[in-house]
Amino acid sequence: MTLAVVPPQNSEPVFYVVDEHEHPEGASTMLGFWIYLMSDCLMFAMLFATFGVLGGNYAAGPAPKDLFDLPLVAVNTSMLLLSSITYGFAMLAMEKSRVGAMQAWLVITGLFGLAFISIELFEFAHMIHEGATPQRSAFLSSFFTLVGTHGLHVTFGLVWLVTLMVQVARYGLIEANRRRLMCLSMFWHFLDVVWIGVFTFVYLMGMLR
Amino acid sequence: MKADTHSLQPAHDAHPADGHGEHHAGGSRESYLIGFGLSVILTAIPFWLVMSGALGDKQLTGLAITVLAAIQIVVHMVYFLHMNTRSEGGWTMMALIFTIIMVVIGLTGTLWVMHHLNVNMMPGHDMSTMQ
Repeated sequence: MTLAVVPPQNSEPVFYVVDEHEHPEGASTMLGFWIYLMSDCLMFAMLFATFGVLGGNYAAGPAPKDLFDLPLVAVNTSMLLLSSITYGFAMLAMEKSRVGAMQAWLVITGLFGLAFISIELFEFAHMIHEGATPQRSAFLSSFFTLVGTHGLHVTFGLVWLVTLMVQVARYGLIEANRRRLMCLSMFWHFLDVVWIGVFTFVYLMGMLR
Repeated sequence: MKADTHSLQPAHDAHPADGHGEHHAGGSRESYLIGFGLSVILTAIPFWLVMSGALGDKQLTGLAITVLAAIQIVVHMVYFLHMNTRSEGGWTMMALIFTIIMVVIGLTGTLWVMHHLNVNMMPGHDMSTMQ
């Protein structure tokens, strides 16, 4: 339906479409998911702010220099960075509708993600074994909250990754699966962006304190 | 091209395969590799700076790694997240700008206020004059 309104001073009629026009399914998913990522970004920003305030309060406990192992953090960082580029290759394979290549890249991405989580858990276990538990000091509470929240995001990303691989294996590269894979792509690269902040402001700045 | 191209979206934004936005479909193998190469360099330099202490001064090193992190975030945004001003009719960029403003207010506000609280309410600070 189209309404024609003739303004009193003007001879030219102005047309308005008053019907709800049809949106294809999933047309707004990408923007919606982006806005979710932005809200996640705000949450991480506040965790960074908390760490920025409390990060120097050791309560006579261990300081970053006693705990952090920079070569290990560097290895961890490269795991996440490599998983970002392999996910990118998976997306390129998806655009060419090469399902086999895409699944292979997703497996590699998952393995890098798994390596990242394993190294992080190893680091946490090592710290806790040395008595550097989240309860020890405000520095450690905020450290475990910030880095742990990021690790939890990566873990959920891995669960999502496996789910989508099963979906693709079962239903192929249908439009809905492509959309989901693009959302996960944004999620995965976003987590890499957050990690830049973590290794810079938590680990490297911690060693400078 | 879809029949109902939104007035917000420029016409060239619509692809035959997936008509909405191009901020996810914009990557090529080259752009991913360029982004990856830049990221490796921008990660390696700060680790090297801190581990070797090449700059000597801690404050200078801190400033340098902050700048490098900011550059790397932009690199990731452009080459991996395919951020641009056109996708979704510019609304992803709008959401990003809003978020950056909120993050800056939240971070600087928190650090500023809490720093002053910390300095002024330190136990033992000027306590003798308060008796």
